[in-house]
Amino acid sequence: MWRSCSHDPGLSVKQRTGLLGLAGPAGLLVLVEALPRLGLVNDAYLPPASRIAAALGDELGTAQFWQAVGDTLLGWAIGLTIAVTAGVVVGIVIGAVPVLREATASTIEFLRPIPSVALIPLAVLLYGTDLGSTLLLVVYAAFWQVLVQVLYGVADVDPIADETARSFRFGPWARVRHVLWPTALPYVFTGVRLAASVALVLAVTAELVIGAPGLGRSIAVAQSSGAVPLMYALIAVTGLLGVAINLAARVFERRSLAWHQSVRGEVPA
Amino acid sequence: MLEVTSLKKVYRSGEREVEALRDLTFTVDNGDLVCLVGPSGCGKTTLLRCIAGLLEPTAGTVRLDGHPVSGPPPGLAMVFQEYGRSLFPWMSVRDNVELPLKQKKLPRERRTALVEETLDAVGLAGTEKAYPWQLSGGMQQRVAIARAVAYEPSTLLMDEPFAAVDAQTRADLEDLVRALWQRLRVTVLFITHDIDEAVYLGRRVVMLSSSPTVVQDEITIDLPAERDQLHTRADPRFTELRTHVYEQIQAAKRGRPSTEAAV
Repeated sequence: MWRSCSHDPGLSVKQRTGLLGLAGPAGLLVLVEALPRLGLVNDAYLPPASRIAAALGDELGTAQFWQAVGDTLLGWAIGLTIAVTAGVVVGIVIGAVPVLREATASTIEFLRPIPSVALIPLAVLLYGTDLGSTLLLVVYAAFWQVLVQVLYGVADVDPIADETARSFRFGPWARVRHVLWPTALPYVFTGVRLAASVALVLAVTAELVIGAPGLGRSIAVAQSSGAVPLMYALIAVTGLLGVAINLAARVFERRSLAWHQSVRGEVPA
Repeated sequence: MLEVTSLKKVYRSGEREVEALRDLTFTVDNGDLVCLVGPSGCGKTTLLRCIAGLLEPTAGTVRLDGHPVSGPPPGLAMVFQEYGRSLFPWMSVRDNVELPLKQKKLPRERRTALVEETLDAVGLAGTEKAYPWQLSGGMQQRVAIARAVAYEPSTLLMDEPFAAVDAQTRADLEDLVRALWQRLRVTVLFITHDIDEAVYLGRRVVMLSSSPTVVQDEITIDLPAERDQLHTRADPRFTELRTHVYEQIQAAKRGRPSTEAAV
């Protein structure tokens, strides 16, 4: 193991970075504990961290909470799967056919910036407060993240690699499978990672605003019933979910892209 | 036999036209090793891509064993100068060599045998599981050569394959190409800008003019078939031949045929 030279002979560099990374959240907890206790903010609006933690502890024991987490993750997962599949397929088809790319570029640039939340009235009109509403918003927001990355990825195909494949008489499908797809894969992962975060935001938003079942609705219910510590606890849970999703996506990415420059690091030639 | 007849390639971009190849005619007999040498920027790479069926010529024809080339022809393999970009970094050495064989629908046993045989022939036995980027430049180009040879082509096109490797590796790779050519009886068309390399490797050398390109001259290299870096390059005949090629290339750069007597 690589030991750091001077300060903490017992800690590796990685461990030290990890500790520094934990210092931030720890500081935040201390701050949230101290502000209401010192009377700097009204504890009716911001209860101390210990009380939020206690509310969270109670909540963790209820089936209702886990049902809400499950509902949120279900909407997130289904929406993300649809968005990623559609984004990858549409991206490869558009990217591989130059005529299509030129024909769709302006349409994509028009549709992409439309905020998904602007579609809330439409979602309610179509699906009421069902899962369908959440999915519409999640898919719309996540789809563009994936599509745009896939389009970048397809444009990144090395002409020499493609000529190599053509010179060995690879068919169109083999060129997609063996040249285009591996080239686009790092971009796909970036797209999925971005889409996963956006999908969670939209899943919670949909539940909060439309009232579809899930953590978002629980937050709204806690707020309207005056359970402020619980409201903060649930907000923290959504944050933790986001962190967990991002971490999982990164680990998966690193494992799948061991050959890629961004992951493999310097190799002595 | 490879026949290139009145080949012309004009690149158009908007109003501008660039005539890369004007009128090229030459043939390569089956089993021959021909080096194409020309001043830099003379359209060597354009020519090779037209022969490989990767680029549509503006006029003229390329025929391989009597069949006109309109797309990448069967029985032809190409080794690119940019080995780092031509090999797939997401695949191991073995998979890189094997993939074209899979596309050729060869049975598994045959593929395994060919991969093993060719990696052994290029001196890379034992690197099957490595990724190309874990190897040195010279070794990567050996992988690319193994991939082309494993494809069992009747014609092998090489586009300045050793332009990016160091001088000592280059000498080794030149001997490797000679050895593979003698063993496999494959037709080799080798493009280079290096006059010494062309004379050392080739049985014939075709000299190209500068762009717009025509065939400036061609000579038969009457050096003994057994060549080695030390003695062949010290042979007075080698010096004569390389002087002739050098003069023709210089004349090509000035834009007229040399008046020197033929060798």
